[in-house]
Amino acid sequence: MSDATEQSGPMLAADGRPLKASLNRALRRQKLRALMLIAPLLIFVLVTFIAPIADMLFRSIENQIVSDTLPRTTADLADWDSETGELPPPETFEALYKDIFIATERKLHTRLGSRLNYELTGVSSLFRKSGRKVEDMGEVYQDQFEDLNDFWKKGENWSQMMGSDDWNAAMAAWDDRSDTPQPVFEPRSGMAQMLPETTEMYLTFADFVQNEDEDNLAKEDPWAIVYSALYTDLGNGADVSGYTGPGSRELQEAEATAGEFEFVDYPAAFEDIDEDWLDIEVWQTIQIYSPEFTSGYFLNAIDMKKGLDGAEMRPENEQLYIKLFIRTLIMSLVITGSCILLGYPVAWILANLPARTANLLMILVLLPFWTSLLVRTSAWKVMLQQQGVINDTLVWLGVVADDSRLALINNQTGTIIAMTHILLPFMILPLYSVMKTIPPSYLRAAKSLGATNWTAFWRVYFPQSVPGIGAGSILVFILAIGYYITPELVGGTTGTFISNRIAYHISSSLNWGLAAALGGILLAVVLGLYWAYDRIVGIDNVKLGG
Amino acid sequence: MKLTKTLLASTALTVAAGMANADGHMASEMTIVSWGGAYSNSQQQAYHNPYMEKTGVNIINDESSAEAVAKLRAMNEAGNVTWDVVDVVAADAIRLCDEGLAMEIDPDEHLAAAPDGTSAEDDFGDLLVSDCFIPQIVYSTTFGYRTDMVGDTPPTSVCAVFDTEAYPGKRALEKRPINNMEWALLCDGVAKEDVYDVLETDEGQQQALDKLATIKDDVIWWSAGADTPQLLADGEIVMGSTYNGRLFSVIEEQNQPVAMLWDAQVFDLDGWIIPAGLSDERKARALDYIYFATDTQRLADQAKYISYGPARASSAPLVSTHAELGIDMAPHMPTDPNNAKNTFLYNYEFWADYRDDIDAKFQAWLAQ
Repeated sequence: MSDATEQSGPMLAADGRPLKASLNRALRRQKLRALMLIAPLLIFVLVTFIAPIADMLFRSIENQIVSDTLPRTTADLADWDSETGELPPPETFEALYKDIFIATERKLHTRLGSRLNYELTGVSSLFRKSGRKVEDMGEVYQDQFEDLNDFWKKGENWSQMMGSDDWNAAMAAWDDRSDTPQPVFEPRSGMAQMLPETTEMYLTFADFVQNEDEDNLAKEDPWAIVYSALYTDLGNGADVSGYTGPGSRELQEAEATAGEFEFVDYPAAFEDIDEDWLDIEVWQTIQIYSPEFTSGYFLNAIDMKKGLDGAEMRPENEQLYIKLFIRTLIMSLVITGSCILLGYPVAWILANLPARTANLLMILVLLPFWTSLLVRTSAWKVMLQQQGVINDTLVWLGVVADDSRLALINNQTGTIIAMTHILLPFMILPLYSVMKTIPPSYLRAAKSLGATNWTAFWRVYFPQSVPGIGAGSILVFILAIGYYITPELVGGTTGTFISNRIAYHISSSLNWGLAAALGGILLAVVLGLYWAYDRIVGIDNVKLGG
Repeated sequence: MKLTKTLLASTALTVAAGMANADGHMASEMTIVSWGGAYSNSQQQAYHNPYMEKTGVNIINDESSAEAVAKLRAMNEAGNVTWDVVDVVAADAIRLCDEGLAMEIDPDEHLAAAPDGTSAEDDFGDLLVSDCFIPQIVYSTTFGYRTDMVGDTPPTSVCAVFDTEAYPGKRALEKRPINNMEWALLCDGVAKEDVYDVLETDEGQQQALDKLATIKDDVIWWSAGADTPQLLADGEIVMGSTYNGRLFSVIEEQNQPVAMLWDAQVFDLDGWIIPAGLSDERKARALDYIYFATDTQRLADQAKYISYGPARASSAPLVSTHAELGIDMAPHMPTDPNNAKNTFLYNYEFWADYRDDIDAKFQAWLAQ
């Protein structure tokens, strides 16, 4: 901008800047002002609408829970070839022991169990049971260390041995009851080289005690798994002879005797908890769902599943969702169609009556809007059931026999009737506002030029009302496709929608990943139809009024 | 002079309020979530009102129990749990406990012992089905039938549901596999003790669905507890399953020609959980409330307002008469020996594992 004056040629504004730049500046300011005006709405929509939907949809591929809860096991399983039909090696069982032990302390194991239960029935109770019993495996070593020397019974001894001298001094100076934070644990130097497993486990333990439980680490007895780790380290030939810090004597004593300890056979110990741990399917499921992101939910949403050789169809008796998607689309179209059929004449009458009568009728159209959705749906139940008002009237009139009353509810008919009634105003209102703008003189002109009533309507009036039909249809169709309370209450088994299953997975089974995948597909279908509508009819050809 | 007095009085009040607040560090307001309707009313009368009178706490009622699991998860993820005590069925409590959304409660530490000194853990006994769950009532899902539509031979067995020849007409069953699968197997010749072993297998699940298929055309599937009572009252169905308290209200309060078929009723539990992640003051208040509301007398009191059995063994002898109708409530309890000749207890462990799987098959079967 500043060098604008050096340019020659372009027309300059009064302040010496090029006119083009000056104009742009003025326009930019105007645009900025416009943006600022809509900013509150934009931010509101972003924060309260777009962001939550994006977050929810993201759950359909999210799967970190498996590798977060079982980091060692999933790392081990990456190299395991499940197709040999052989169980993973004992080291993987040991990794699983560590993972489940820590997850149990953090109370995360049952959560993972529910997650994997969506994929393989029975995993939920397997993890719950394992969580209860996994501590026994570590106690085998804990008991033997404690029998060996009372030194191992005390949490203080452990913290003095594992923690650095500085940290121990800081802990001694720290007042347990004060509000100052506990000095963060710092391992003794050289400990990680001498006893790597033990240090790792003790660090995990220290982190948990200090940050999650907020207890005094210096006094806390370590988890049983720390003893297992110590046994592993000693068995791996840890050299403790050079160590002179606290507990050196006891450590050397333990090293000398640990070879005679009773040891835990991890695969057998897991078999003791539940035979299912020897079931290769459990391991395959953990392996298949190890990655941080999964296509599993989306596959499930189209009646497929992840098998060993990629995606495969589910067995016939579990296929449900594709059928429901198709049913939802077809029934929404039928509902939209019946709304057009019923709404068009009403809107026409409204648009052509004198204002006073039209207003009165308008109130009748709007009345359902002011009644609770549940009340309206329940009223339809009373009307439509076999001992209901409509059937009673028909029997009284002799139209149907008493023993062959019509089934009007708890099936597709019920859903279509109730939803057409509920959505009708959304069709009538846009139609009415478009018809209001069609000058009646056009019809009269057509007739005076010799058109019959039908030709005048079909060739002159109807084309002008199409934008209203378009707007009403889009409204009704999109609302219908996501409805779930009404189909749930009056739809029986053949009149339910995909949204009923989404609601079930959100509120009952808590399988939010699957719910998000189903919702994502539904959203994509709606957007796809919208795009098709735009291509075929043209979205400019939709009017809500004027 | 007047000003000094006012100042002194208000200072004294502030100090008193501060002390009351400091007393036990408990919150002075709590939100309790329950099911609404007659059930919430029974809790209001039996628990909330006496507790508010005793402590001066303000209790806010929220009727969101039907969506409690999903809402608690959403609150927990948002880090802003606004509920203090939540009433849920046992299966939901187990799920919440598994997900880490409910806190574990040690009954002996946090609950009142029975008047005779029996510990809370023994008093509740087997009904403590989850570490996070304090049961309150035993309810049952059972059948009611129209006395004027069954002729001279009223049904005595649950298998009447599958006998459309002897009892023609529609039946209402819940739109989920739980309970229906068990009844189907039971009426297909499977012994009661083998039902869950059979239901674990694919063949057994198919067997149950095949049995249900014999009456599929005659079934109205309900999803709200109020459906069956309405359908019975309108004569739309000849028999239907629902919660025993709903049937009690149809029979005794609305005097409809309906009777109970207690055979093969399935016991289930409803009770309290405390959400995980409450502040210390709110947690203390919630625990204090639970201590009060689950003692022997309170649980017995609730039965004055609704026909659900108290979960404590020691409460049963204290069950008295209905607060408004004045009738003796004991014979209307699902746990009454005359009603409990043939019963199931909801198998929580089995359904926690198999619910998703069997529900998928059940819904696919329904949609066929």
